[in-house]
Amino acid sequence: MINLLKFIAPYKKRVIAGLLFLFLQVLGTLYIPTLTAAIVNNGIVPGNMDYILNTGVLMILVAALTGGLSITATYLSTSLAASLERDIRNALFRKTQSFSVTDFQRFGTASMITRSTSDVIQIQQAFAMMMEMLLPAPLMTIAALMLAFAKDRFLALVIMGTMALVIIFAAIVSRKAMPMFVALQSLIDQINRVLRENIIGVRVVRAFNRVDYERRRIDKTFTDYAGTAIRVTKIFALMMPVIMTMMNLCTLLILWFGGKRVGSGLMQIGDIMALVEYSLLILFYLIMGMMVFMIIPRAQACAARIHEVLDFKPEFAGPPPAGQKFERKAKLEFRHVTFRYAGAEEAVLSDISFTTGAGQTTAIIGGTGSGKSTVASLIPRFYDIQSGNILIDGIDIRNLPLSELRQKIGYVPQKAFLFSGTIADNLRHGKKNASLEELRHAARIAQIDDFINGLDQTYDAPVAQGGGNFSGGQKQRLSIARAIVKKPQIYVFDDSFSALDFKTDAQLRKALKHEVRDAAVILVAQRISTIMDADQIIVLDDGRIAGIGIHRELMDSCLVYQQIAHSQLSREELA
Amino acid sequence: MERDNLENDVFHMLDNMPAGKAKNVKGTAARLLKQLYRQKWQLIAAFVCILFGSAFTLAAPLIIGQAINLIYEGIISGRPFEVNVGTLGNIMLTLLTLYLFSAVFSYLQEFTLAGVAQKLTLSLREKVSEKLTRLPLRYYDQHKKGDILSRATNDLDKVASTLEDGLLQFFSATVSIVGSFALMLAISPRLTSIALATVSVSMAAATWIARKTQRYYAENQKALGEMNGTIEEAFTGHQVIKAFNMEQAAIRNVEALNQALYQAGRKAQFITYAVDPAIRLCNQIGYILIAVQGALLVTQGRISIGNIQAFFQYVNQASEPLTQLAHIVNSMQGAIAAAERVFVFLDEEEEAPDPPNPREISLPQGNVSFEHVRFGYQDGAALMNDINFRVKAGDKIAIVGPTGAGKTTLINLLMRFYELQDGKITIDGINITEMSRSRLRSLLGMVLQDTWLFGGTIEENIAYSRENATSQEVIQAAKAARADHFIRTLPAGYQTSLDDEAANISQGQRQLLTIARALLADPAILILDEATSSVDTRTELEIQKAMATLMKGRTSFIIAHRLSTVRDADHILVMKSGTIIEQGTHTELMKQNSFYADLYNSQFASTAV
Repeated sequence: MINLLKFIAPYKKRVIAGLLFLFLQVLGTLYIPTLTAAIVNNGIVPGNMDYILNTGVLMILVAALTGGLSITATYLSTSLAASLERDIRNALFRKTQSFSVTDFQRFGTASMITRSTSDVIQIQQAFAMMMEMLLPAPLMTIAALMLAFAKDRFLALVIMGTMALVIIFAAIVSRKAMPMFVALQSLIDQINRVLRENIIGVRVVRAFNRVDYERRRIDKTFTDYAGTAIRVTKIFALMMPVIMTMMNLCTLLILWFGGKRVGSGLMQIGDIMALVEYSLLILFYLIMGMMVFMIIPRAQACAARIHEVLDFKPEFAGPPPAGQKFERKAKLEFRHVTFRYAGAEEAVLSDISFTTGAGQTTAIIGGTGSGKSTVASLIPRFYDIQSGNILIDGIDIRNLPLSELRQKIGYVPQKAFLFSGTIADNLRHGKKNASLEELRHAARIAQIDDFINGLDQTYDAPVAQGGGNFSGGQKQRLSIARAIVKKPQIYVFDDSFSALDFKTDAQLRKALKHEVRDAAVILVAQRISTIMDADQIIVLDDGRIAGIGIHRELMDSCLVYQQIAHSQLSREELA
Repeated sequence: MERDNLENDVFHMLDNMPAGKAKNVKGTAARLLKQLYRQKWQLIAAFVCILFGSAFTLAAPLIIGQAINLIYEGIISGRPFEVNVGTLGNIMLTLLTLYLFSAVFSYLQEFTLAGVAQKLTLSLREKVSEKLTRLPLRYYDQHKKGDILSRATNDLDKVASTLEDGLLQFFSATVSIVGSFALMLAISPRLTSIALATVSVSMAAATWIARKTQRYYAENQKALGEMNGTIEEAFTGHQVIKAFNMEQAAIRNVEALNQALYQAGRKAQFITYAVDPAIRLCNQIGYILIAVQGALLVTQGRISIGNIQAFFQYVNQASEPLTQLAHIVNSMQGAIAAAERVFVFLDEEEEAPDPPNPREISLPQGNVSFEHVRFGYQDGAALMNDINFRVKAGDKIAIVGPTGAGKTTLINLLMRFYELQDGKITIDGINITEMSRSRLRSLLGMVLQDTWLFGGTIEENIAYSRENATSQEVIQAAKAARADHFIRTLPAGYQTSLDDEAANISQGQRQLLTIARALLADPAILILDEATSSVDTRTELEIQKAMATLMKGRTSFIIAHRLSTVRDADHILVMKSGTIIEQGTHTELMKQNSFYADLYNSQFASTAV
């Protein structure tokens, strides 16, 4: 939590102004009971009506001024909290954009979302509460105790003692309750998790007759939660009565000893009333402050999670290598590439070597888990390999600035993903200033132009979050068009034709062939019909190259390829 | 200042979401009260405690007033005055007793009420979980999962927290307001009228601000929603952002939305926190007016100074609960709206119950027949009008056809996930509606299109289909599903936890796991609904071989897009727009040279291009 205070630094002046207003507000609040005491002492006791009226007017002025001050202080502290929220979130999001794919997987997408949305909000709320409720507490305590000391030292000590007792007691109760709060939070998470699983998996639950089992599991999370919640409430039930009793005893002591002093002429009667009021004010602010302490552990957990992201050293940290000059040859080479995912025991890819260049189509085929998608994701350097080299035009991709490398590559992911905006916005991702004609051209190649033209707003048609308003096949074709608009040197299609029917698949590949004469194409696919006429087919089996060549050659020499072919094509077609 | 005020501030700040409005406030409240009625003894006990506690709290200022009067008269009289056991002793003792009793009762009331709200929510939650098991699948299809979830969590949490604080505060606020006003009137009707005037002003101010708050909060929620959506999108699509060098654009986009949120949030926060200083100002001005007027009355000898002191405390004891009541009423509205959503959910139509004397199939053969089956997802529109077919025990049946033809629906009907509108489905001659659902489903092993795995280990997920399955059986099933090898390459093998994103399990691998799960169930009839759509064809072939051995003599249904998968089926049903348009073996259908043949050729002829 403290670490996040650096985000306040730019607002130093506002913080100081806020504190000043807060302090003045505290003084104003305390001045009212002081004036009440004066009315009693100098107005009521001697029977001075003028004094009473004059003081009354003064009190109203003080109250109005204090009210104004406290509203201004509130304005300052809430804008400060909002600025803090904005700045932390900006810093957080900026940081995440420097993360590699592995870094993202390390944190998990869901967790990253929580960290940059609700965790930041928690910090903002905690900060606002601290400014509004926690900060006034020490100011009020000190100022009120000073005033009390001025009236009577002994009674001021009585008040101090009571406060100390209240704080100690509250600390003990909180310490007992704190672990329960933590438990409560994780129980809520558990309820959410179990329920979500049951709602999503309702067909499976019913198909396998696990309805009763699941119900017991759900009810157990409910019961656990209720039990803990009740225990927490019961502990807190003790808090207010005990604190109130302490306070009431304090009032009694003030009354008793104050009365004695008034009797012996050491003190005036209005001062008793002022002292009682001071003690109540201190208590009010103290309890308000303590309430903030209850939310601090939660905010602290959020702060820690935010810091984990802010302090994380991204995989590809360090200064980017200087830009390299090279010709546009679109030559791509894998040289003895071996790669394992972070934490995995076995390598996904072992000793992969191949070369391809402009105008060439290289297809990669293989079974589920053979590593073919991994090959595709290594080219834009989503992951770093452990040994070997990946070279573009003879330069190791690790020696290229990431943005320069990725500028050369038109990557079409397995799972098509679009961003909210318009279709044109999405197609322009790779080339901001692409003309409408360029978009059309790309869309025609991707076999999606007709579809777009059929939409009400054609290229300006809205795209929902993640592209949710389009079917899988439409999204795939749009993301293929997006890659074509970019005019990259190397196309990487990671199983991007899977949602297309065979006819569209064939037409698309035919149109693409003319377009990409000066680019290299890497085509990962499952369907043999998609890759049969590639210039080079790499057959992967358990992360190793089982065969490399053209269709005819592989049909003769590669057992894995033959098996794949036989599982998909009829004998006549293979003949 | 009273303790209620403190809780109130915090309560108010945390409860900053504007509440939705309930449609049937009376009905919902009555139903909630009926639920509460079960805990009537606790409620009555708590109420008695509140009555006693409040009585003691109300009496205290009067006694303090007496003490102050005593001291005041002491000074005024000019006689030497001493505070000792003789003069103030009785008063002090009385006060001490009052305070102690008030504390004890206040503890007792909170203690008794502690469980009431949670027990109520728990009983509602248990109803929710029971309801979840009885709702027809139709309900799940038609509602967003987030919506169902939030009824069981957020909505009920809201009910619980409002009842927890609100119930107690509502009782005690009412008692304090009535008691204080009565005593204030008794002390001075004139001062009471001043108090009433200022209290109404501050209440009006509070209401006015509250209305503003709602507007600003709505704006804030909107800005928040947009920003959250954009961040979610950026994180989900982070690979694409990288591939297209869009990092800077994404940052600019989020920063712009974040700035808009800042503007909206600042206003909403300010107005929320500004309520309390504003109300405090109103109250203070009232306090000052009373002080001046009271002081004048004392100098005229029309009221005692002790009574003024007491009066102040009563003003506090009445005005704080008044603002508090406004908050309570507001959050009660929210809670009732939340409770209503829960009740609506609990009132949803349930599945037809199982027959009282379900029929049994002791030795299942696997003969399945659909006779004049008529079905539609919506009541009016029929998707299927007259489906008829028979399956011999041990046959392998393939169902093919374009998307939306009703292939999955056929399976859903066999599983009795939905009820027929007309006709019947029988297994070994017995109508499935005459069996219990659990018996019916135990005959059928199903692998679904969407692979549902839960956040446990791989072993737990496979074993899900059969209670008490041994590790050995799990491994056997995994081997048959060709999943054993890849499971062993994972960091923790069969104990790898699936909620770990780093586990890197592909869609195809997930499908293998769900196949293993269905095989472990060892069903009489196996159903594969696009079960291998993400598995490569070679592995698919291997799985089919393994299954052929396992399923020898048992009926199986296979839905597949890839026609290569279904060539060797004993019987192929070709579906289009909810009807079976052709049926027969692959060779027969190819000979007919119509729809199936077209479909088949379109998948393979493309190689010519």
